[in-house]
Amino acid sequence: MTPALIDDTTLYAVLAPFAAAVVAPFATRWLKHNAAWPLALVPALIFLHFTGFIGPVSHGETFVAAKAWAPSYGVNFSIYIDGLSTLFALLISGIGTFIILYAGGYLKGHPQQGRFFSFLFMFMGAMLGLVLGNNLISLFIFWELTSITSFLLIGFDSLRAASRRAALQALVVTGGGGLALLAGFILIISATGEIEMSVLLASPDIIKDTGLYLPIFILVLGGAFTKSAQFPFHFWLPNAMEAPTPVSAYLHSATMVKAGVYLLMRMHPLLGDTTLWTTVLPLFGGVTLIIGTLLAVRQTDLKLMLAYTTVASLGLLVMLTGTSHEKALEGAVLYLLAHSLFKGALFMVAGTIDHEAGTRDITKLGGLRSAMPITFAAACLAALSMAGLPPFIGFVAKEVLYYGTWGWLELGIPVTITAVVGNALMLVIAAAVAIKPFMGPKVETPKHAHEGPVLLFAGPVFLSVTGLGLALIAHTTGELFVGPTLSSLMGVQTEVDLHLWPTAINAPLILSLITIGLGIVCFTQIDRLRAVVGSVLTSIGWGPDKGFDQAVAGIVAGSGRFTRFAQNGKMQTYMVLTFIFTGIAVLLPGFLTGGLPAMPSLPDYRFYEWGILFIAAIGLFAVLVADTRLTAIVSLGIQGFAVALIFMMFGAPDLSFTQFMVETLSVVILALVMTRLNLLPSDHRPKGAAIFTGIIAGAVGLGLTLTLLAITQAPFDTRLSDFFAQYSRTIAHGRNIVNVIIVDFRGFDTLGEIAVVVLAGLCVLALIRVRTRPDKPIETPPTKPAKPIAEEAH
Amino acid sequence: MAGSSVTVDLSQAMITAHVAAADWLVVAPSLITILGGSLCLMLRKHTSLQPKLGNAFLGLLVLANLALLARVLDHGIITMVMGNWLPPFGIAFTVDTLGATLSLIASIVAFCAGIFGSATVDATGRRYGFYPFLLLLMTGVCGAFLTGDIFNLYVWFEVLLISSYGLLILGNDRIQLDGAVKYGVLNLIGTNLFLIATGLLYGIFGTLNMADIAMKAAALEGAATGTLATVAALYFLAFAMKAAAFPVNFWLPASYHTPNVVVSAVFAGLLTKVGVYALIRVFVLILPESRAYMADVIALVAIATLMTGAIGALAQSEVRRLLGYVVIAGIGAMLAGVAVGSTLAVSGAVFYAVHSIIVMTALYMAAGVMKLIGGSYDLRKLGGLYNKNAAFAAVFLVLAFAVSGLPPFSGFWPKIILVDAAFADGRAWLAAAILLSGFLTTLAMGRVWIFAFWRGGPEGTPDGELATATATEGSASLAGGAIWVPLGILTALVIYFGLQPEWMLELSTQGASGVVEPLGYLRSVFGEQG
Repeated sequence: MTPALIDDTTLYAVLAPFAAAVVAPFATRWLKHNAAWPLALVPALIFLHFTGFIGPVSHGETFVAAKAWAPSYGVNFSIYIDGLSTLFALLISGIGTFIILYAGGYLKGHPQQGRFFSFLFMFMGAMLGLVLGNNLISLFIFWELTSITSFLLIGFDSLRAASRRAALQALVVTGGGGLALLAGFILIISATGEIEMSVLLASPDIIKDTGLYLPIFILVLGGAFTKSAQFPFHFWLPNAMEAPTPVSAYLHSATMVKAGVYLLMRMHPLLGDTTLWTTVLPLFGGVTLIIGTLLAVRQTDLKLMLAYTTVASLGLLVMLTGTSHEKALEGAVLYLLAHSLFKGALFMVAGTIDHEAGTRDITKLGGLRSAMPITFAAACLAALSMAGLPPFIGFVAKEVLYYGTWGWLELGIPVTITAVVGNALMLVIAAAVAIKPFMGPKVETPKHAHEGPVLLFAGPVFLSVTGLGLALIAHTTGELFVGPTLSSLMGVQTEVDLHLWPTAINAPLILSLITIGLGIVCFTQIDRLRAVVGSVLTSIGWGPDKGFDQAVAGIVAGSGRFTRFAQNGKMQTYMVLTFIFTGIAVLLPGFLTGGLPAMPSLPDYRFYEWGILFIAAIGLFAVLVADTRLTAIVSLGIQGFAVALIFMMFGAPDLSFTQFMVETLSVVILALVMTRLNLLPSDHRPKGAAIFTGIIAGAVGLGLTLTLLAITQAPFDTRLSDFFAQYSRTIAHGRNIVNVIIVDFRGFDTLGEIAVVVLAGLCVLALIRVRTRPDKPIETPPTKPAKPIAEEAH
Repeated sequence: MAGSSVTVDLSQAMITAHVAAADWLVVAPSLITILGGSLCLMLRKHTSLQPKLGNAFLGLLVLANLALLARVLDHGIITMVMGNWLPPFGIAFTVDTLGATLSLIASIVAFCAGIFGSATVDATGRRYGFYPFLLLLMTGVCGAFLTGDIFNLYVWFEVLLISSYGLLILGNDRIQLDGAVKYGVLNLIGTNLFLIATGLLYGIFGTLNMADIAMKAAALEGAATGTLATVAALYFLAFAMKAAAFPVNFWLPASYHTPNVVVSAVFAGLLTKVGVYALIRVFVLILPESRAYMADVIALVAIATLMTGAIGALAQSEVRRLLGYVVIAGIGAMLAGVAVGSTLAVSGAVFYAVHSIIVMTALYMAAGVMKLIGGSYDLRKLGGLYNKNAAFAAVFLVLAFAVSGLPPFSGFWPKIILVDAAFADGRAWLAAAILLSGFLTTLAMGRVWIFAFWRGGPEGTPDGELATATATEGSASLAGGAIWVPLGILTALVIYFGLQPEWMLELSTQGASGVVEPLGYLRSVFGEQG
């Protein structure tokens, strides 16, 4: 079905957050933290706008809107609205509304709160542009913008080294993946000739037919896996928890990290359902799931526990998407929805606890239920959903995904086992996060804990209740959200029939019971489990996070070594290399192309002509054998005078005269300079070095000679000289052709050369007259680096 | 015509038609800069007058180039032959979209540098020729972009070299002179190779007019094509040296961190790009077959340059040295466009050149501001700039992302075009190198940001704390608008070309197709029979 073209309102909806980003600092200066209320209206209105698409999209309609952006290169700012993008747009704007409110409360009184709102809004706009993006290039631009804003937000607390490191790490990992994705997209564009996603999706086999499926698959996966923190690129995500909690809740659990999953889902009709896809994705996803949950168990910091389960959940989503099996994909969509709701809520809960109690270490927390009842309630609802218990959306999701994996013929058993283990551990974390801080005896916390303001609990409450509500109306949820999204993944209209309670005792229900049982057993043993995981990790002693540091340090150190080698600061090296390349340039092409001259016959010179040549040769020989530099300079002059004589014999007295002048002056000036320079009188290089440079010089000379011979052996086109001779007197009124050439035919060159002479004079003046003063503000030389990094370490 | 017994048919030797008044714009950039430079030189003792005078002429240059570009877009390629001699006998200035665009962007950058210089160049620097050098540098730069004669191109290279040398030594610091010797000698070798190559080329074709050479080269066959290959190799070496391509890039890291920062800014923006321009002009327009023959070599050099630049940048802890290597990495990207040689690729190279001219100048200016408000160029001694001046931090961040090729800034568009063109040409390695180099540049610029801006103070500042201000906060306000206006203009351009790339895409595409399919260029010089 071809997408219907709609008006530009939706395009403005995508751009609205950027406008809000501009306004936010001013609003915050004026209204302080309460600016959150009016600012939250922006995403709320965007949410409302997108609810309008739910109905039509659930009937299988799709929409596009576009504005030309860089038409010369086929780039439009265009969006594509179908089930998948509507679901994401609703999540981004809906959760975004509460995140803005939450940020208002969380960073109340922070001097840079306005800036923080700005970054959040920029991210929101970028994320909307990403999930709605139809044009591959504009989709990519928004993809990179999410990385950039994520960088700024992770490093928000910039004075702490950990924040800075985490920010750069996230930028490097996701930015690097982004480059892979860009390469993949460009390959798609150049191989298929199509740039709009909706057009590509209309012919699902278009990429598989190009013969470039493998590189495109790898490159797109490079983008998706880094963004969605799949093993072994998962390490940046837990480190990103250095960001303020609203960021963790929004970017690093509910939305941005799902961009990779989004991309895989979006391109599933194009790239999915191949052996490669159904092998690689479940493998990486499954490994990520297990590693994520195990690492989560090890943590005691609430945010880090949640972060690692986010990694795990992303692994689960990739694994399910990798099955290309309808029911498993349905489970993936449901789980994605459930995860955004419960994880967003739990992060905000963790932030509220941190904000109100002053710590988020679960070993230092306890008994907060009476002090923070509303937060506790929200935490429970969200945790139950995360644990996959009825009657929450998490339960529905788990039932469906078990149904899917169990029914998948190819690798159903291992994938199902992985899912069960992962989900059981997820239950452990959910229980730990919801129970430990709130139940048990009251523990003294750094701050006296009490319930947070409405700005802080509005988000968790709303999101966790939505998780309950969507499960209670499971059938409608399936019809309005899951079905349309699944249709996008399948590439064909697909009906979904969801219900909250299992209709029969079947495999999924039994798997669910096993999961819960396993989870409860593990929860009772959580301390032992934590110790075991901890000791295993200690014995391994290395992880990708450490590897990242080593890699960066290695790259920087290696760069330093290479640069010191390539740029060693010695003029002699530079000169030798330059002439080696000159030698190659003048010799190699001649040999390769056969452009060498014919062997010249011995010229019929008169004896004095031979004599002059002989003098020139003597001069050169004298240069080579000269004891002192002064002798060498004078000997070079001999060769120069001989050349001047040759000019004279071939009828160019002006040239000859110039040459005499130049030679005389150079010898005089060089000799004068030599007396002032603090140099040894002669060159004391070892024999080997002299021979080496001799060979280079010989090669350059030989090459130039051969080229010149080849050119002079061909007839010369005398058109220009004829013209000058013909019109020099008649039109330009000068008998001396050389003069006329200089002042008329090529007078503009002379103008340039005059400028050169003037400038040279000015240079000399500046060199002689200007004395260095010590107190110049801006051009004082840099202090010598600790390591001689490059030049001029003298 | 006393004494001449024959009546001469002028139309055999000269263009008899009048040059349209608007076409005089072709020589306006040369005239404005030479006159302005001479005037500044004569009044060099009036040091307070120098900036006003110099900037007025630079402003005029911008306007003239703007009008020239408008004229070219309106009327197509314009040729004007000096002295009205028929081409190829006189020196032709042939202005196409490529030349006019680069000339305009270069003059905007020079204008900004002129303003910036009024704050950072002291009275001695003015007296010993900052503005004359800068104006005559622009004579060379604009002349190189506009000329249609290969020997004349050499002359402008010489003007450019000697005026840049003058700028480089202004101040006479020991370290400057060390840099200047390396810069001077290595560039002189490059310029001499250019001259030798031009002499040999003249020997083959007997003409110096670019359009004429292009036609004769296309018709060349037999053994002479082999000789031409040698000449082309010499040209490539000469221009690669000028452009600071690896492995003949020594002079750039040796000198760019030594002069007054505004001089580094001008150099980083303009000098290397003239070398790249010459490569495009000579290899794409004049000697396309040599380009095709050497494509693999050029691609290899491009890859090496991309990687050395990025790797070198990572190794530095001095901001100006770091930026010098970033310039080199950019040269690699432009060379990639020449290696591929399609219209798409060349348009990418042209767009990249425009981007690089603007962003590198702005980045060196930003380095100057870092020194002003942070007190150093050394990443180990800088810190806290984010908290000190948020607006400047934003500017730097924009420039850093732009130079790394991240969207939505000016570096992104040429990058994707070049990657696209490289893939289309079957050069996946070249595409990968462009992307990888951008990635490493991101890392290098990210380090600058993290150390100089985010960290609370110099190395050793306690974690989580903001060092008490070490540098005088007042020094930036002393400089005032002369610092912020040029930096602001250039940053605005970086953002504009990022968000609204269409105009520059059209210009670079038109510029590229003008050299890839040179019929229009030839016709502009020789009329319809061309």
